[in-house]
Amino acid sequence: MAEQKPIISIDHVSMRFNLAKEKHESLKEYFVALLHGGVRFDEFFALDDVSFDIMPGDFYGLIGLNGSGKSTLLKVISGVYKPSAGKVTVNGTIAPLIELGAGFDMDLTARENIYLNGTVLGYTPKYIDSKFDDIVEFSELQDFLDVPLKNYSSGMVARLAFAVATMTKPDILIADEILSVGDFLFQEKCEKRMAELLSGGTTVILVSHSIDQIERMCNKVAWLDHGHLRRLGATKEITAEYRKFEKKDAMPAKITEE
Amino acid sequence: MQKLKNTFAGFWKYRYLLQNLITRDFKLKYRRSVLGVAWSVLNPLLTCLVMWAVFGALFNQRGQGIEDFPLFLIIGQLMFNFFRESTTMAMESVLKNGPLLRKVYIPKYIFPLEKCCFALVNFFFSLVALFIVALLTWSHISFKTVLLAVYPIVMLFIFSLGIGLILSTLYVFVRDIMHIWEVFCTLLVYGSAIFYDPRQMESWMQFVINLNPIYWYITAVRSCVMWGEGLTPNMVLIPFLCAAISLGLGVYVFKKNQDKFVLYM
Repeated sequence: MAEQKPIISIDHVSMRFNLAKEKHESLKEYFVALLHGGVRFDEFFALDDVSFDIMPGDFYGLIGLNGSGKSTLLKVISGVYKPSAGKVTVNGTIAPLIELGAGFDMDLTARENIYLNGTVLGYTPKYIDSKFDDIVEFSELQDFLDVPLKNYSSGMVARLAFAVATMTKPDILIADEILSVGDFLFQEKCEKRMAELLSGGTTVILVSHSIDQIERMCNKVAWLDHGHLRRLGATKEITAEYRKFEKKDAMPAKITEE
Repeated sequence: MQKLKNTFAGFWKYRYLLQNLITRDFKLKYRRSVLGVAWSVLNPLLTCLVMWAVFGALFNQRGQGIEDFPLFLIIGQLMFNFFRESTTMAMESVLKNGPLLRKVYIPKYIFPLEKCCFALVNFFFSLVALFIVALLTWSHISFKTVLLAVYPIVMLFIFSLGIGLILSTLYVFVRDIMHIWEVFCTLLVYGSAIFYDPRQMESWMQFVINLNPIYWYITAVRSCVMWGEGLTPNMVLIPFLCAAISLGLGVYVFKKNQDKFVLYM
């Protein structure tokens, strides 16, 4: 069997942040801080030397407590953050669903936002035209198309955002906590859509705090703990261990002082 | 070379985004206003009227010896407004779109570029005001050279884009820039020969004003539209050099810092 090439290869990735103890947003603040014994930064590693490969067709779950670096990892993969060290190689198109509705303008109508957000994701207007009816149907917003988004409920915005982001068959779908919004019927619908994408060959990375959901949908799981990759493997094993996890066993985050 | 090609491919992919953002800005600017787009024309027209009243009537001495003073005035004012609008909007654009940039990958220069394009679109609309003034005051327009005015306008666009890139970078890190730039622009209004002709002034003042790039862009347009003198070598060279330096520096500063932007937004 020919060896498969990973679709995403995460190679010794670290992401370092300056802890925002003192953030200087005006010159005055900066000079005041400078007088008070210099500008100091503590460096905090949101991700510390994380490496793993994601194969085409995987449904990867990312689990971990709050602040373990899950969202940071997703942002590094989607290109929002440039890693401080290491490299991420992605072979395919990414549809990011990191906090739904990024790129929506609340003053515009749904119709206008579909086009705006579609082009944010890099699609052509022609392509969006051809998918427009699908999007409207999936989001069930036929009657509200020409209403500005600021008058929408958060569930309606989420529905629209999910429909726009999954209008195409991306190679990789990145989903951060998105299924926690919307009612249960819509959640089911989203899960179904994701399963469809998966059977069409899309690789999915899902962040969720619902272990049940992870167990139901993912075939592999990566467990992050304070920026370290703690465990990696088949879903059942890892989630079983994760359920038993206690706070005192946590690996400490890496912080360096300069 | 490969890098340049990638950059261009990236830009090509996002050209529709650029177009959509400009449309959005345009729609939002005139949403819920009764006169809508007409304000693009009315605004410079009324401002010109105010300035004409102030300098023509109140002070009485300014504007004397300048032929077709209203036309002279509105050319300077439109050009300067374009510069101020594009740079100010570009400055805030990156930070304003922070929420988006933190979630999706988009080439970040799209935003300053979009604001400059938006200002240019507005500028073209406001040219109607120029023609209205020319008609109302029956001013002389040199049809032989009027099209040459495109050159200084394009150069001013490039110049503003470069400045906009620098300002937007600085603004992410230090918010004071906004206030400094505002004051600086006010100073620049008086130093750009909008409502006076430096040729009537003492030589040392002429020298100072000659150091101001904006003056050259404005004068070049006047020379093409009003005086029929076309572009002198200086009017070709200086606007080009200023634009090239500004854009080069802008791209350099922006590129060098753009990976850090998300950490400061």
